[in-house]
Amino acid sequence: MKPGRFTYHAPRSLDAALALLAEHGDEAKVLAGGQSLVPMLNFRLAQVDHLVDINRIGPEFAGPKVTGDTVTIPALVRQRVLERSAEVAAVLPVFAAALPQVAHPQIRNRGTVCGSCAHADPAAELPTVMSVVDSTFRIASARGTREVDAADFFQFHLTTALEPDELLTEVAIRVPQPGTRMAFKEFATRRGDFALVAVAASATVDESGTVTACRIAAAGVAPTPQRLHDAEAVVIGSTVDDEAIAAAEAAASAAVDPTGDIHATAEHRRRLTAVLVRRALAEIKGDQS
Amino acid sequence: MTGTIGASVKRREDDRLLTGRGRYLDDLDLPDALAIAFLRSPHAHAKINSIDVDEALQAPGVVAVYRGSDLMAIHKPLAPKVQHPMLKELPRYPIPCEEVHYVGEPVAVVVAENRYLAEDALELIDVDYDVLPAISSTAAALAEGAPLAHSDADSNVAVTLTQRCGDAEAALNSAPNRLSGEFRVMRGGGHSMEARAVAARFEPATGQVTVWDTTQSPHYARQQLSMIYEMAEDDIRVIAPPDVGGGFGPKAQFYGEEVVVPWVAMLLGRTVKWVEDRQENFVSAMMERGQTHRIEVGFDDDGKLLAVRDHIEHDQGAYCAGLQVPSITTSTVPGPYKIPNIHTELYACYTNMVPTSSVRGAGRPQAVFAMERMMDRIAEHLDLDPAEVRRRNLIQADEFPYRVGITFRDGSPLTYDSGDFPALLEGTLDKLDYERCKRERDQARAEGRHVGIGIAVYVEGCGLGPYEGAKLRLDNRGKILVTLAAAGQGQGYETVYAQIAAEAIGVDMDLIEVVTGDTGRIPFGQGTFASRITATAGPAVYNAGHQLRERLKDTAAHLLGCAPGDIEFDGDRATFAGDAEKSVSLQEIARVANIGKHGITLPKGIKPAIEVSSYFAPERAAYASGAHAAVVEVDPDTGGVKVLKYVIGHDCGNVINPRLVDGQVIGGFAHGIGNALYEEPVYDAEGQPQAASYLDYTLVSAAEVPRVELFHLHTPSPLNPLGAKGAGEGGTIPAPAAIANAVEDALRSIRHRGGVEDGRPDHSGKQPPGGRARHRLEGDADGARSATIQRSPRIDYAPVTPHRVATAVREAGH
Amino acid sequence: MTDNITVTVNGKQHTATADDRLTLADFLREKLRLTGTHLGCEHGVCGACTIIVDGSAVRSCLMLARQADGAELETVEGLAEGGKLNRLQQAFKDNYALQCGFCTPGFLMSVTAALREGPVRDEDEARDVLSGNICRCTGYQGLVDAVLETSKEMHS
Ligand SMILES: Cc1cc2nc3c(=O)[nH]c(=O)nc-3n(C[C@H](O)[C@H](O)[C@H](O)COP(=O)(O)OP(=O)(O)OC[C@H]3O[C@@H](n4cnc5c(N)ncnc54)[C@H](O)[C@@H]3O)c2cc1C
Ligand code: FES
Ligand code: FES
Repeated sequence: MKPGRFTYHAPRSLDAALALLAEHGDEAKVLAGGQSLVPMLNFRLAQVDHLVDINRIGPEFAGPKVTGDTVTIPALVRQRVLERSAEVAAVLPVFAAALPQVAHPQIRNRGTVCGSCAHADPAAELPTVMSVVDSTFRIASARGTREVDAADFFQFHLTTALEPDELLTEVAIRVPQPGTRMAFKEFATRRGDFALVAVAASATVDESGTVTACRIAAAGVAPTPQRLHDAEAVVIGSTVDDEAIAAAEAAASAAVDPTGDIHATAEHRRRLTAVLVRRALAEIKGDQS
Repeated sequence: MTGTIGASVKRREDDRLLTGRGRYLDDLDLPDALAIAFLRSPHAHAKINSIDVDEALQAPGVVAVYRGSDLMAIHKPLAPKVQHPMLKELPRYPIPCEEVHYVGEPVAVVVAENRYLAEDALELIDVDYDVLPAISSTAAALAEGAPLAHSDADSNVAVTLTQRCGDAEAALNSAPNRLSGEFRVMRGGGHSMEARAVAARFEPATGQVTVWDTTQSPHYARQQLSMIYEMAEDDIRVIAPPDVGGGFGPKAQFYGEEVVVPWVAMLLGRTVKWVEDRQENFVSAMMERGQTHRIEVGFDDDGKLLAVRDHIEHDQGAYCAGLQVPSITTSTVPGPYKIPNIHTELYACYTNMVPTSSVRGAGRPQAVFAMERMMDRIAEHLDLDPAEVRRRNLIQADEFPYRVGITFRDGSPLTYDSGDFPALLEGTLDKLDYERCKRERDQARAEGRHVGIGIAVYVEGCGLGPYEGAKLRLDNRGKILVTLAAAGQGQGYETVYAQIAAEAIGVDMDLIEVVTGDTGRIPFGQGTFASRITATAGPAVYNAGHQLRERLKDTAAHLLGCAPGDIEFDGDRATFAGDAEKSVSLQEIARVANIGKHGITLPKGIKPAIEVSSYFAPERAAYASGAHAAVVEVDPDTGGVKVLKYVIGHDCGNVINPRLVDGQVIGGFAHGIGNALYEEPVYDAEGQPQAASYLDYTLVSAAEVPRVELFHLHTPSPLNPLGAKGAGEGGTIPAPAAIANAVEDALRSIRHRGGVEDGRPDHSGKQPPGGRARHRLEGDADGARSATIQRSPRIDYAPVTPHRVATAVREAGH
Repeated sequence: MTDNITVTVNGKQHTATADDRLTLADFLREKLRLTGTHLGCEHGVCGACTIIVDGSAVRSCLMLARQADGAELETVEGLAEGGKLNRLQQAFKDNYALQCGFCTPGFLMSVTAALREGPVRDEDEARDVLSGNICRCTGYQGLVDAVLETSKEMHS
């Protein structure tokens, strides 16, 4: 389990990194935390000619920033750093809820938030959370920069909108409106495992207690995080009462079409989706069931 | 000093292991060793048309590449460890030339300057295969018209073995009650944290080859090598390194890689090293467990067993590495119960998956799973307490030695040497606080939670023959060197055998050093497997210690001019009745009797060379026993199972070091929890492994293993002077059964929740196997859904993974 | 490509060559002959290779040696103090937290990093701290006890 031969590059700036990606394109891969890429290299499931290690492109990429109504998470923010950021937790506590369920501290100490998004494992927690917050993926290449939202960023199993010469420089998240509550629920085989199914939910409630906006997404049921629009629709306009929760549960169950694998049958994943939607909404409502 | 046996002495091994100074195989300094890597078959069953190695030979750093056909001198079948005259043996070659039979079977070997380069070269070898149909389950192997796992075999059945006592057929037919069940235990692996490794160096000057091998059985490995290489035993030295990172069974087997690596060292005249990586380990280290039991029990209205009949399909894998596992299974079925009529029928099948052999538990967990699941079904059927049903059937403490009526795998009639099963069960239930747990369970049910209790009792044949040996020597520094043939993998041999020797000799432990697992140091041995070492090497050391004590006393008495009976040991000195003035040191004794003076006659009466060897051959196996009790909570919505409480009652006879025994039991228990709830090396229908990484094959971490409460009983074995039995596997064996019983119990409340209370379950006594029948309740006007509720969900599989729980709940009509 | 890298390991500076693809674990084991760091899976799960890099516990099988150029590394070989087991090591020994010892260095390094972050208050927390490493021998009970005991000594 030793990686195949490659040339290692450690550019000292974003521009230098982009230049290397422009030069080597298809033959290159970005190395961020290495917690998904290096196992694949060790198994020789991935072979690359050029490895562009972005870990030295600059300290400005290492910490999350909260400015005005935006939280930005640059490319080198480790999962563990985001998890423990009090500043982020104050406005987006959902990360502190979801991140402890991503692997273990030893992995999160290296693994980056952007790397998890770029890797786009369908059972990963962070892409699912990104699908319910108001997130923008900022992408750079020697050709210029562009922005895409979560729905466009996650395209397929392990596939994103990123072109081979592009780098995800940061994810920007709009601070949710007042009255927004979020929940993250997951069922995994062991502590720290990828989710069999995970559900992230967000609901914004007005003064009367009525939901004005809602987003629900599930991991582990489709090639990308799946937004559960029908379930969202029954929650919007409700007070997240038992009836709405039951309707959302049914809608979620109807909306997903998971495939079975060695860890769970399709039917089990469907059931888990419904159960976790119920539990997420109950938490949002304030029940701890 | 005496009294070291039975004391929880801290381990001598620990200081080096805690400071990074352990010496595992890959840590050994073997200057300029070349790295070996194996190319392995990507197909479960295929014909090899050709193998092109030209490009690989040209790759940077490559020293040699060999195919099976390039190594014809060692192209000889590896013998199964445990044979049977009826066994249809299929040859397992170190590297096959014509046909591969499982994904992971070696097809070529690369020798290169380092492992990175060796793996590069593997990618350049071009093998042309014709893929053949594969068998990936015993059901597929036995299906009518099934393809053959080996093209040149005439069937997929390796052997059929029957054990009988009484007339089970007649007893079942006349029994007032009769229940059957079908239970499947999935494969599981050993997964020692250190995988396998072999290194070898050839000394042209002496013609000797030294082999470092992570094996649990160095002497067995040497024996096999000497046969295959046609070399004298003494020209092959197999050393298990001082530290081996776990064994658990797979390292007790003998593999093709162990033949190839030293041979390549001899061909090249270079030191070579192969360190199995985890990817290889997943597809080439032997596994175990895969069995299907169709079991039927007959019992009277009090729940007393009248007969058991068990039809067992055993997944032997691609080759038969030995029949130890299925034969242990058949003799473990009756367990601690008095059963007048027993009939087991074993079908060991060839499949196209990694061969199987022992993994911690070795055939016993499956038998206990089948039997103990049935004990619960009997209780359910008669509406009795599961503990009570067991009580009524247990062999009583005054019935030993107890002859079960069938044969054990060591060839002797299955005869339990000692034990106290009722005390074990009661002690375990007391520790659990069974009555209170039942109340709490019922309370939880009333609150809509799904809590269940599971019990499993077992008997474990251990301490097997043929023999094990030890050599004790007073060395020239005045220390006593204990040399064991057995090789340890973390059991603390350096500590335990020093304890035994110290006790037997009557000296301080500090004077004793223990070395293990080196065929160059002691000629005969068998190995660490089947929880046998304490009960075989233990007595050997103990007996040798007594002999050495006599030798020391005798020599000291001559030097001090007294009778041997007057000698007492004090520190490193032998004294005349404790008088420090009249004493000699052990070193002085060594100087006189061992070193001597060149050409000078020994002083009168002094016998030369203070060294003794002792081999202990038990007359038959000893039997440890135990009871496990679990309380679990199941979440039927997710299929998740949480263990709330777990108690283990354990009887392994007399104990040398209680804390080390606890460690063995609790460690084995964690493995059992893996088998009960998590571990499954799934293969697809084409024989492709689907769980070949630790993301998919889920080993338990500290977060999944609950705390265990231990309860010990010590009924000494009469079969050896220490009264010891084996302790390495008892934690594992009944865990899947106890957990499955608890989960099924937890889900019993679902039947009640469904709104239809059908009272006691099917009394017809003719339930089809598998427990999947769903009868329509007559006269129920309540509509389709509730009307199909017949009984609570059935847990027929191990491991009880969340999706199996979910499926069981769904299939029960909820 | 091969290049020289300089790392500080347990306070001592080392310079050695490293191939582009050499993992940090192999660099420690083969180039520096610090063989206390073990490889149990080489895909990040077992934790046997865990070391501390610039203050954080990480998997050395998932880092390249070149990435560690200039870093401060701590490995199991650096834990003992003045030839004596440190508090955590002693607690491992006292609580029978190891058997074959192959996993032990990884556990020691993971727990060392965790205890620097703060106390481990109860069994659940201890199990959480331990859950990133796999031990096949001990069943974890001794490890849990060792962590709790050390935490109590350190943080009281
Ligand atoms: C034992 C173990 C358990 C794990 N468990 C979980 C889990 O439960 N849940 C979970 O979500 N994840 C889990 N992971 C994966 C972990 O979260 C990874 O850290 C993450 O998926 C990838 O982040 P990284 O920074 O390590 O990326 P890398 O491994 O460096 O890269 C991953 C991929 O993304 C690309 N990439 C990375 N960063 C960028 C960028 N900025 N721009 C463009 N491309 C980029 C790389 O080229 C590569 O293709 C686990 C990993 C391990 C080893
Ligand atoms: S070897 Fe690095 S985590 Fe297993
Ligand atoms: S002590 Fe052997 S793996 Fe932990």
